[in-house]
Amino acid sequence: MKPNTIRQREQLTGWLLALPALLLLLLVFAYPIGRAFWLSLFTRNLGTELQTVFNGLENYARMLGDGRFWSSLTHSTVFTAISISLELAIGTGIALTLNQAFRGRGLVRTVAILPWALPTAVMALAWAWIFNDQYGIVNDLLLRVGLIDQSITWLGDPVRAMLALVVADVWKTTPFIAVILLAGLQAIPEDLYEAHSIDGANPWQNFVKITLPLLAPQMVIAVLFRFAQAFGAFELILVMTGGGPAGATEMVSLYIYDTVMRYLDFGYGAALIVVTFLILIIAVAIASFLISKTRIDVTGER
Amino acid sequence: MAVAPKQSAEGNASKISRKRVILWVSIFLVVVFCLAPVLWQLLTSFKINDAISAVPNVYFPSFDQLTLNHYMAVFTGHPFARYMFNSAFVAFCATILCLATGAPAAYALARLRIPGHRIYVAGVLIVVLFPYVLLFLGLFEVVQAFGIGNNYLALIIPYTGRNLPLTILVMRSFFSQLPKDLEDSAKVDGYNTVQMLIRIVLPMTVPALVTTGILAFIFSWNEYIFALTFVTRETMKTLPVGIAQLGAQTVFEIPYGPIAAATIAGTIPLILLVLFFQRRIVQGLTAGAVKG
Repeated sequence: MKPNTIRQREQLTGWLLALPALLLLLLVFAYPIGRAFWLSLFTRNLGTELQTVFNGLENYARMLGDGRFWSSLTHSTVFTAISISLELAIGTGIALTLNQAFRGRGLVRTVAILPWALPTAVMALAWAWIFNDQYGIVNDLLLRVGLIDQSITWLGDPVRAMLALVVADVWKTTPFIAVILLAGLQAIPEDLYEAHSIDGANPWQNFVKITLPLLAPQMVIAVLFRFAQAFGAFELILVMTGGGPAGATEMVSLYIYDTVMRYLDFGYGAALIVVTFLILIIAVAIASFLISKTRIDVTGER
Repeated sequence: MAVAPKQSAEGNASKISRKRVILWVSIFLVVVFCLAPVLWQLLTSFKINDAISAVPNVYFPSFDQLTLNHYMAVFTGHPFARYMFNSAFVAFCATILCLATGAPAAYALARLRIPGHRIYVAGVLIVVLFPYVLLFLGLFEVVQAFGIGNNYLALIIPYTGRNLPLTILVMRSFFSQLPKDLEDSAKVDGYNTVQMLIRIVLPMTVPALVTTGILAFIFSWNEYIFALTFVTRETMKTLPVGIAQLGAQTVFEIPYGPIAAATIAGTIPLILLVLFFQRRIVQGLTAGAVKG
């Protein structure tokens, strides 16, 4: 290819500029995913002495009857659904608050993004301490208020351990949702509210009729990001509960990691990765459909 | 509608002040929600063991219930400073590499209309969502194949790649907002594309580079699953892995005080980053997520 026109030369330069990043992206994303698809068609574990033996779709057949896989999928779904609902509600509240004008707003915004910036693995230790059975502050506060009359087990109880994980995750990631929603709020023109108020609307009607519909695209985007993160949540669970008690909080991510790194079952681990990947892709497809729909609704209203 | 005109000035005033009260209560709740776990950890890190294990809990320790011993224990008993250096070095190198490769790519995608740019951008938009757990198996094999386990490269390269999608999205949205006239007049003056990028575009890009750089740095500093898998030698571990293993170390007596001290010491660099760059972090996050 001989660059003769200015445009062709510009395109060649463009590709050279984009190439290093493309190679890195292929190495870090495309190769591992492609490799997982390929490896999922083989058995490679301690039984085959880590030799790679073709087995067709056996790994996927095994998955159908693997109770541990289905329960981990259920735990991930429950964790993701509850966390995201709470985060969306609290995040909207925080965004509405941060969107008001008040003295010291910059400082409060700084405080509000702090949880998002701290390392999850480290804060998981802090949360395990907060939910400690003997000396934890949650038990202490509940005792003082009188809601319980003796210390209760948190991380050692299946349901409460899940609840503790949800609380820690909501704390850690609500700031992200709040930031995204805040950007959406700031883009809503003030005169829309004024016009609506002249028509006699109260603040709640304003919120339902103006804020929520105009915020919908940001909400879908935030939920999509959070869905992917919560479904892949790893270190929070590993550090706080280790998937316990007795596997009651084991999520797909933890099961994948154990399958590969503890049981050295690479073929089956790859198949688990493929299925999780496909779930994620379906979610992305649904979300982009919803986003295109909300955009149409918004323009239709104007 | 009928009620509105009858409302007195006093009614309006009380309505406004009620609004203020609701506002300040919500501000208070936001601050408590975000800070409480960190403050509790901070308090624990300074309390002597007797005060830590006191029931009911000690919220306002007296002077003789305070100590610096937990911090001493963390810094003398563990290679904590080493973890910190590892995290800082890996995150810094990954950030620089990420900007050096991501910014030119973003410029090409925003401005140069290269063939295939739509597919490139669509790919970036999808992979920005991929959780680390989907990637570690393939990368683990790559790390083993190249024999770079327990080497900084085993983390620097994956972190660079993992942060590229967000970098490209943020920088691309920045480049497409730049006025095109400047580049055109540079072309008229006889600059070629690369000269024009370095002399004209790069100086204007510094703020956006700082914004994306901070995000990439935070993500790299906090990453856990790659660091846990690709690095096993004690002196090569990063801070999150090093601190998390403190909690799992002893079965019988968990060292709550040192854990709390390690938590605080390990998060201080990030707290400082947030304090100084709050505005940029918010900007970067919204540009990456919303405009992408």
